[in-house]
Amino acid sequence: MHPACEHLAELPFPLLFTDELMETKETIEIPSATRTDRHTPPGSPQVEVFAYDDQITRMFVLATVLWGFIGMTVGALIALQLPFWQANLGEYFSFGRLRPLHTNAVIFAFAGNAIFAAVYYSTQRLCKARMFSDRMSRIHFWGWQAIILSAAITLPLGFTTSKEYAELEWPIDVAIAVVWIIFAVNFFGTLARRRERHMYVALWFYIATIITIAVLHVGNSLALPVSMLKSYSIYAGVQDALIQWWYGHNAVAFFLTTPFLGLMYYFMPKAAERPVFSYRLSIIHFWSLTFIYIWAGPHHLQYTAVPEWAATLGMIFSVMLWMPSWGGMINGLFTLRGTWHKLRDDVVLKMFAVGITFYGMATFEGPMLSVKSVNALGHYTDWIIGHVHAGALGWNGFMSFGMIYWLLPRLWHTELWSKKLANAHFWIGTIGMLLYVLAMYSSGITQGLMWRAFDEAGRLMYPDFMETVLRIKPMYWVRLIGGSMYLFGVVLLMFNMYKTIRSAPKHLPDPTVAAPARVEVRPHAAPALA
Amino acid sequence: MPLIKNNGLHRKLEGWPLVFTLLTTLAVLVGGIVEFLPLVLVEGNIPKIESVKPLTPLELTGRDIYIREGCTTCHSQMIRPFRDEIERYGDYSKPGESIYDHPFLWGSKRTGPDLARVGGKYPHLWHVRHMEDPRSTSPNSIMPPYPWLLEKELDLSDVSRKLTVLRQLGVPYTDDDIARAEDVARNQARTLADEIVEQGGPAALETKEIVALVAYLQRLGTDLKAAPLAHSEQSTTTPESGTTP
Repeated sequence: MHPACEHLAELPFPLLFTDELMETKETIEIPSATRTDRHTPPGSPQVEVFAYDDQITRMFVLATVLWGFIGMTVGALIALQLPFWQANLGEYFSFGRLRPLHTNAVIFAFAGNAIFAAVYYSTQRLCKARMFSDRMSRIHFWGWQAIILSAAITLPLGFTTSKEYAELEWPIDVAIAVVWIIFAVNFFGTLARRRERHMYVALWFYIATIITIAVLHVGNSLALPVSMLKSYSIYAGVQDALIQWWYGHNAVAFFLTTPFLGLMYYFMPKAAERPVFSYRLSIIHFWSLTFIYIWAGPHHLQYTAVPEWAATLGMIFSVMLWMPSWGGMINGLFTLRGTWHKLRDDVVLKMFAVGITFYGMATFEGPMLSVKSVNALGHYTDWIIGHVHAGALGWNGFMSFGMIYWLLPRLWHTELWSKKLANAHFWIGTIGMLLYVLAMYSSGITQGLMWRAFDEAGRLMYPDFMETVLRIKPMYWVRLIGGSMYLFGVVLLMFNMYKTIRSAPKHLPDPTVAAPARVEVRPHAAPALA
Repeated sequence: MPLIKNNGLHRKLEGWPLVFTLLTTLAVLVGGIVEFLPLVLVEGNIPKIESVKPLTPLELTGRDIYIREGCTTCHSQMIRPFRDEIERYGDYSKPGESIYDHPFLWGSKRTGPDLARVGGKYPHLWHVRHMEDPRSTSPNSIMPPYPWLLEKELDLSDVSRKLTVLRQLGVPYTDDDIARAEDVARNQARTLADEIVEQGGPAALETKEIVALVAYLQRLGTDLKAAPLAHSEQSTTTPESGTTP
């Protein structure tokens, strides 16, 4: 351990950066509730006593696990429907209607609730303030669950816009916008009332998430209603395609990447009890990621009818995106340097390490797939499904699980019921997703190559599409096994969680803390929100 | 760099949430604007094709069934300009072909084959059988069966409204198209159902959803083949244009 870091183990709040510690000669002011002593010198800021709202985090954690289980169960069902068509259970439960249900449930219900759990837990602590409004927090929670429920009802009934990850019809879209705005007001209100002068990097990523998702959601969902549950997109053809993938790609960026980077920046150093690797890197990769990601959308439309220049621009920016993405990975993984031995025993760190590694793999693979010649092979095939699941199962899933295992004892004021079971979850989940991803790579590349194969006479080698389907069918079974293992891991989490909560004390008081009121050193430099 | 060193400019920025948020907003807006605006402002980006006409009311209804059943999750409608795709599916898709598609249905996954030019490839009856039981026409197919399409009543009650909304979005339907939408749809359904019977298929399908879906599928990709001159005189919603590619 570097000498400058030695005192960190005792810090209650080790959310700092190593490069800061190394360069600063003077003692670093540790923003901490415990720092406030009773003998406040005259002229010092007044100490305020307040409590964090942990109940809202508990609610979001419970919702995360519940919807995760449901969304992944639907995933397993549609994985079964592909090699075994008899699993299409009539009108309301056939593949075409359940696939959007699966994607919406795992993205907006599972990952969404995990994001909110992370934001509500960490924002209060990073701002040294309770959430701006408890009522808004509740409206946000119940509103979001109602939206998910309405999605779970309308999608099997066939009410869909058909735009990927934006399938919900217009009244639900309006509800999403309203709930999101309430979330935004609650979040920015908390920032305004913060007792810390500076916003920690996790908060930057939350800001980018809240703003960009609002813009994307409204921009892509603009439609004219025909009836209560039917509307037509205001865009057509090429324009609709570009808007859709501007949205679709950046839903990945600002719903599945930036909030999880925020999560990583808060919970990783907490769990590792180490400072984050680099402050400078966090600045560079935050701004470059935020700026570059948006441009990458058209790579979903290589060789389609969109103008060549737009597709090329999408490719170039996608390749550029590799570095900012790896900036986040490096900052996350290097936080573990010198403490790798902890991975042996700590399931939280193990999950984070694998999660960040999968993030690194997926963000290398993404730029690679966006290159035209690679895209020509991979597009339309299972390779893309494999790529998405490396990110979703590895990065989003494992970061969420790691956070939940870290939060459980803290939120319910008790020990985790079984570390062994958590460990089993880790291994079953890891092996399951490796099986899943490898099966999809194999099936995607196989089918892509078969589609384009010509024989010596210059005719298609496999003119019958069915030949290419039959060849990859075994891989669909392997995928089902891998996915089911991953799902079984979630069942283990649910059981562990149930047992942990059962042993929790009946009364769970909000943690009370004391912190000095924020005093602006230079009030004239502080803008309106401060 | 003074910007990112400890206690540099960025450190100050971290104390100003409002400014920080504004800068973030700017950063995320640039890319989208640069890539999207030219498509709206520069017409040459999406060259118009004279023979591409809006769907008939029945085809539009069929398209909405296609959307409802989630056909897009497994079937693309976008042929890329590669030799193997052109060989397999037909001429590559042009930007001008989907100018009336609200929303676009290009898809992103080919669990089944591309459908951009499926119109006219098979007889109507093939589609009817295929929807009822995909394995009856394509042995080993993994596609789900859609028998309810042959049973559910075709709902045309809001088809004029659909045309009205689409006209507001720029699809050139005439007042006459809108006023007669339901009748035109029924006529086309009857013609198509008769043709199904002629091909040896079941009777009384003209009031079922399946005719609308078949009408839509038979229209796909056929506009390019239509001679521009023959079409220019016709009403935009000639039912025949869908049934006889």
